This record gives sequence, C-alpha cells and structure tokens, in this order.
Amino acid sequence: MSVLVYTESENGKFKKNSFEVASYAHEVAKQMGTTATAVSFNASDNESLSDYGISKVLNISNEKLKTFNAKAFADAIEQAAKKEGVKLVILSSSADTKFLAPLLAGHLKAGYVPNVVAAPKSTSPFTVKRTTFSNKGFAFTEINTDVKIVGVSNNAFGIIENKTAITIEDFSPTLGDNFGTKSVEIDKVVGKATIADADVVVSAGRGLKGPENWGMIEELANILGAATACSKPVSDLGWRPHGEHVGQTGKPVASNLYIAIGISGAIQHLAGVSSSKVKVVINNDPEAPFFKAADYGIVGDAFEVVPKLIEKLKEFKAQNA
Amino acid sequence: MKILVCISNVPDTTSKINFTDGDTKFDTNGVQFIINPNDEFGLTRAMWFKEKQAAVVHIATVGGPSVEPTMRKALAIGADEAIRVNAEPTDGFFVAEQLAAIIKDGAYDLIIAGRESIDYNGGMVPGIIASILDMNFVNTCIKLDIEGANVTAMREIDGGKERIATILPLIIGGQKGLVEESDLRIPNMRGIMMARQKKLTVVEPIAASNATKDTKFEKPAAKGTVKLVDSVEELINLLHNEAKAI
Repeated sequence: MSVLVYTESENGKFKKNSFEVASYAHEVAKQMGTTATAVSFNASDNESLSDYGISKVLNISNEKLKTFNAKAFADAIEQAAKKEGVKLVILSSSADTKFLAPLLAGHLKAGYVPNVVAAPKSTSPFTVKRTTFSNKGFAFTEINTDVKIVGVSNNAFGIIENKTAITIEDFSPTLGDNFGTKSVEIDKVVGKATIADADVVVSAGRGLKGPENWGMIEELANILGAATACSKPVSDLGWRPHGEHVGQTGKPVASNLYIAIGISGAIQHLAGVSSSKVKVVINNDPEAPFFKAADYGIVGDAFEVVPKLIEKLKEFKAQNA
Repeated sequence: MKILVCISNVPDTTSKINFTDGDTKFDTNGVQFIINPNDEFGLTRAMWFKEKQAAVVHIATVGGPSVEPTMRKALAIGADEAIRVNAEPTDGFFVAEQLAAIIKDGAYDLIIAGRESIDYNGGMVPGIIASILDMNFVNTCIKLDIEGANVTAMREIDGGKERIATILPLIIGGQKGLVEESDLRIPNMRGIMMARQKKLTVVEPIAASNATKDTKFEKPAAKGTVKLVDSVEELINLLHNEAKAI
C-alpha cells in the first residue's frame, strides 16, 4: 500500500515540479512506513526519480496520451491507483494537474486538498496545512475518506534528494477513444520561464505609465531568467496579457524571488504573491503599502532604478557566470 | 439552451481575513460578501448567451439564508431564477454532490462555475460535478463560444492557452477572460426591483458527507521590516549574499 505520485512530464522530460512532488511523496511514505511509487506518461527519464526517493515507477507509454487530456490522464492515474491499492495520491499544482485532480477525486471518492505547503502534520487523522483565503491565511485540513489526494503547492516543500533503488514497470491502462474534449491548438511561449515554475518573477504595475515602457522589464527578466508578470490594473487596461496578471483573481506566485516595480501593493495583489520567498519593491512612493510586505526596497523612480539595475546585474552575472 | 451558473458567496476581495472561536472559524464580523469573482465572469458571459442566443439562465448556491442578498444581486444582473440549497458549504465534495443533484433535476445544457472560490480555494467543485455526472469539463476557461451543441473553449495553461473542441452538455471552471473586467455589470434600479420578484427556490440538501474538514486556521506570520537600500549595487549584494536569491 504505497503512496502514488503523478510526475508530470513535457516532451518526454519531467517538469521541475515532478521532483518536488516526488520528494514530498517520499517524505509522506516515510511517515506512513511505506514506499513511494510514481506514475509517469511518455517520460524517457524515469530513472531520474530515484534521486528523489521514488522506489517504483509505473511507466505509461501511449500515443493517445501524447497531448494532455484531463479525463484520459485522470482515468489512467485512477487505474494506477487501483492496481497498486494506494490510499494516498500526491499531485502538483500545475494548471494541467489542477484540471485532472477533481476528476480523479470524483472517481476515487477521495477527499482532495490542494495548495498544501508542508508534510502532513499527522497521518492519523490525516491532516495537512494548506493556503486558504487566497493566501491570506492557512488551514489545517483533515481528510476523512479512505482514499486521499494531496495537491502540493509549487515551491513550498522543495526538492529534496534521497537516492533510492528504483524499479521501472510498464503499465498499460485501458482507455476509451473519446475523452469528450479535444485539444485543437496549443499556443504556448517556448523557451521562456512561466509564472507557474519560474524561480524569479519580475512584475510591473501602473507606475510604468504605459505598455511601451515594458522593454526594460523584459530585459531585466531576461537577465534573471525570470518570468514577467503584472498587476491587475495593467492587465485590465490591456497593457499586458491576462496570463500575466498575478493576485487574488489572477495567478498566485510562489517564486524564490519576486521583484515588484511600480506596483503600490493592493491587498489582493499582496495576497497573490505572499508565497514568494524574497520580495523586492521598487517604487517612488515611500508610502506604498507594498514596502510593508517586502524584504528589500528601493524608493526611487523605476525609470532611473531599473536601467541601473540592469547594468549592474549584467556586470554581476558576468563575474558570477 | 438552459444554463446554470453556480455562485459562491465570498468575502469581498479587499477584506482583511481574521479567525474566531479559537481560530476554528472565519470571522465574518464586518465583512462584506460578494459574488465570487470567478463566478461573476461566468455569470456575465451567461448574460451574453441570454441576450444573443436566447438562453435561459438559472443560478444555484449552496448556503444558509444569509447568502440570499448575493443571489439577489445575481438575479438583478439578469439571471432568471435562483435555487438555494439550504446547507453550509463546508467541503468541496459535499457542495459538488448538492449541485450535481440540482443539475440532474434541471436538465441543464451548460453549467458555469468559477475555477475556484476566492475564500476556501478548493478549485474542485466543477471537476467533481463533471465526474459525478460524466459530463464534459473544461477548467480555467477563458473563452467560450457555442453553436448548436458544438463548443469551442479556450483554457489557460501554464505559459499559454489551449483551444479545445467539445460538445454540450458541458461544465466549465471559469475565470477572467470569459468576459473582460469592463464587461462586468452593476445592477441598475430596474434590475434590482425585478430581482425581488424573481423566483428563488429553497431546497433541502441531499444526504452527502464531507470528505474534508478544516480543523484550524492560521494567519501568515508577520513580516519583518523591509530593508530599504539606496543603491542597486547594495540590492544585488544583499540578494546574492544575504537572501541567496540570485
């Protein structure tokens, strides 16, 4: 009765969050006195999971599952869970996984708790800590069903190495031909960090005065290998795409470093970024509420500070390359 | 086309969050409640279907009598009828089972829910309904067009978007993008007056159990004071040597 973890891959390679959920699964399995089994789809690097405490992989190779489909993936994970007789399934917080998680919960009649930030506080009763009220609070949530599903927040538990002997077993779930929904077209930026998995996020607000001034934000993000983001007013004004809007009604950010430029820090925005570890604020208004929620701040005009920061970061990167 | 919009009654986005009863309950004292923003984008899109494609729009909420002002607001915006399931919405699985029962009885073609409520952030109600009723499902839906039974939906993915083809009956987890912020409607006096006359049916919950229970809440630890620096060199130095963030 091991713990099952769904390790997500893209173009045959595991995504970074897979190593985090694998690490989490190992920790919970240890607490429960059992082992962690992963289920992977068309991944070519299954062995790499042995670094993060996974002792068995159910390897699914199936042409029908080349493109993500929530129903098909949920069906396959459900079959893997039943085959292994697991009572606990660990998932990530990616958009795809949050899409399939409730379908899986429905099929397994499992209590599902998303946005979990730490290893279980207790395994009997099974209690986990999660964010709630859009990151304005935490809840300790008990799961009372026989089968349980835990969705781990991005970048909260961390990637922890645990070299483990691994066996890889082919697994062929039985799948229908019609999953109800069909992917027609995927429009995705390639080769650029996304808000969901970036270590660094550079975000800007109305202080930038207009969309034409985003060049320096892009450049700063580029140097740091960062994703770009924006405040709600900026996305509502159409200066930047909705996908960049972070905050309570936009995306949550849980990066290591969050740099906010020309964002005053409305309570909804602060909630959305509160899971980021280190926050830097650049704003010309020393009274901006964001300074109260930040670790480091520069009071100054973005149009002066950011170009200087770009120049000095280039020098820093050259020295520390 | 018959549409059901699932509405959650949530604290206003500007609310400060506090807990009471030994940190076991959300403190509603002084909190104003609104239509969950993710649901309001969906409701507004439903109004478009009503006006352009002659859809009938019902709303449903799981909650006690105190949620009715929020439901009346949805009626004032233009929904035709409302159904309240008279139970506290304490668990996503429980709420999904209640709504699934309403959907089954009402023979709806399209169910619009929000991707998550901004209070308990379960993000599971539409997906669990889809699995209970074996219905097509699109989550984080940012665009929705319907021709007959054929649906084209756009969903937000990490780093981009995906266009999906599917058919009715369908349930979506919606969010901003279904309509723009500027499309949201403030009820006018006529709408508010009419909403008072519209049918609001109260039904008792079906037997269902809670899969989870929030046993205790906690507020985030207070933030230390910000370190203000004068130069970008100093900032880079601190980020590198102290915060180890670059």
